[in-house]
Amino acid sequence: MADLEEPEILRLGLEPLHEELGGRMVPFAGYRMPVQYADGVLKEHLHTRAAAGLFDVSHMGQVILRPKGSMEDLKLAFEALMPVDVLGLAEGRQRYGLFTNDAGGILDDLMFANRGDHLYVVVNAACKAADIAHMVAGMPGAAVEPVTDRALLALQGPGAEAALEALVPGVAALRFMDHRVIGDIWVSRSGYTGEDGFEVSVPEAEAEGFARRLLAQPGVAPIGLGARDSLRLEAGLCLYGHDIDTTTSPVEANLAWAIQKARRAGGARAGGFPGAARILRELAEGPERLRVGLRPEGRAPMREGVELFAPDGTPVGQVTSGGFGPSVNAPISMGYVARAHASIGTQLMGEVRGKRLPVTVTAMPFQPTTYKR
Amino acid sequence: MKYTKEHEWLRVEGDLVVVGITEHAATQLGDVVFVELPETETMVTEGDEVCVIESVKAASDILAPVDGEIVAVNTKLVDNPGLVNEDPTGAAWFFKMRVDDLSVLDDFMDEDEYQELIG
Repeated sequence: MADLEEPEILRLGLEPLHEELGGRMVPFAGYRMPVQYADGVLKEHLHTRAAAGLFDVSHMGQVILRPKGSMEDLKLAFEALMPVDVLGLAEGRQRYGLFTNDAGGILDDLMFANRGDHLYVVVNAACKAADIAHMVAGMPGAAVEPVTDRALLALQGPGAEAALEALVPGVAALRFMDHRVIGDIWVSRSGYTGEDGFEVSVPEAEAEGFARRLLAQPGVAPIGLGARDSLRLEAGLCLYGHDIDTTTSPVEANLAWAIQKARRAGGARAGGFPGAARILRELAEGPERLRVGLRPEGRAPMREGVELFAPDGTPVGQVTSGGFGPSVNAPISMGYVARAHASIGTQLMGEVRGKRLPVTVTAMPFQPTTYKR
Repeated sequence: MKYTKEHEWLRVEGDLVVVGITEHAATQLGDVVFVELPETETMVTEGDEVCVIESVKAASDILAPVDGEIVAVNTKLVDNPGLVNEDPTGAAWFFKMRVDDLSVLDDFMDEDEYQELIG
């Protein structure tokens, strides 16, 4: 008998296109998503770095925040949820943000753009219901409007600019983290691969035609979730629920760069966000542990959950993401280690199938980024 | 060729049993990026984990299909794990075993039965 408690699996508007393209569909964050196409993860990964990859990320949450009063009040209300400078973000610009809880942990990471008379926010699929509830509860002065009639596509790689410019003239002028509304297309120059590229929100009715026209451009291939994960890992980017969660603070997660001066001690609007006591203390004194890059010496990948030890056998941390990096052609991981063992070059041991194998703390990204700044 | 429920193929070569993984298994695993082989001259028991295969997605094991001795391993797979995807039933054999009695293979699936399993 069917389990009546099983939540219904959600379907992407582009599912027929994914199946036509040979996508292998798997459940992910409540959606049926293409994990790979016929070429497989390795080739899709390398293709994205060599030409251009098209990703369907329509499962992610798109939200509009509109002020009921002034725009400044809206920005300040959003700042009350994050250790991030919202007020200082210029119109037409996008910024990385983090919702924190009272313990200084991370509820979700997100992107937000200043669109003049409102803010546009993109959150993780698995967190979107909770994020929307969090914003509704935390921002009574804002109208929180989930966007449910638009697909979200990412076009990433050195060929992305020419391919998108052919369809949406003007996008080539955007710099990294610019955001524009061009007709009924919303474009950000950003992504989750470390490559130059764009994230494009398209009305659902136009999405399939738009995706097909992109795929018809030279060098553009569809890319699945598998390569999306290996690309973001090489770029040193966090995956929510793995590398960051409610137990990790932004400082521990090595995301202190996302906390602008205005919100730090001595800044114009210091503190005033959930978990400020812990986060400001960790900024001043350093965290107990830190997210670091890890390079196993051998060929065996060290995946999520691998325990890390100092050479003398003391447990020092754990891998939170790991696998094989197709572009670096070696296994790569990231994880948390006690601060005394977090400096680059530190030798540690990772336990794989009962054997302790050498691994070195390494700078991230593993693969140089190619953002157009 | 004989097949196990764990998607291994078994081929008799003289008095030895050669073991690899099926094309279906290789496709399901995705691109193989790491292979760990057993030591030769090791006695193994049916169901022992004798090899590790890591693909871009996950790690999995190859189990010893029968009792016997590992007498040879395919070290080419260590340097070129991708061979498992290119030629799973040919060049990408994993190990060769000596068994007491080759008739133990009679219990495994033939091609038609295996195709039915994965169909």
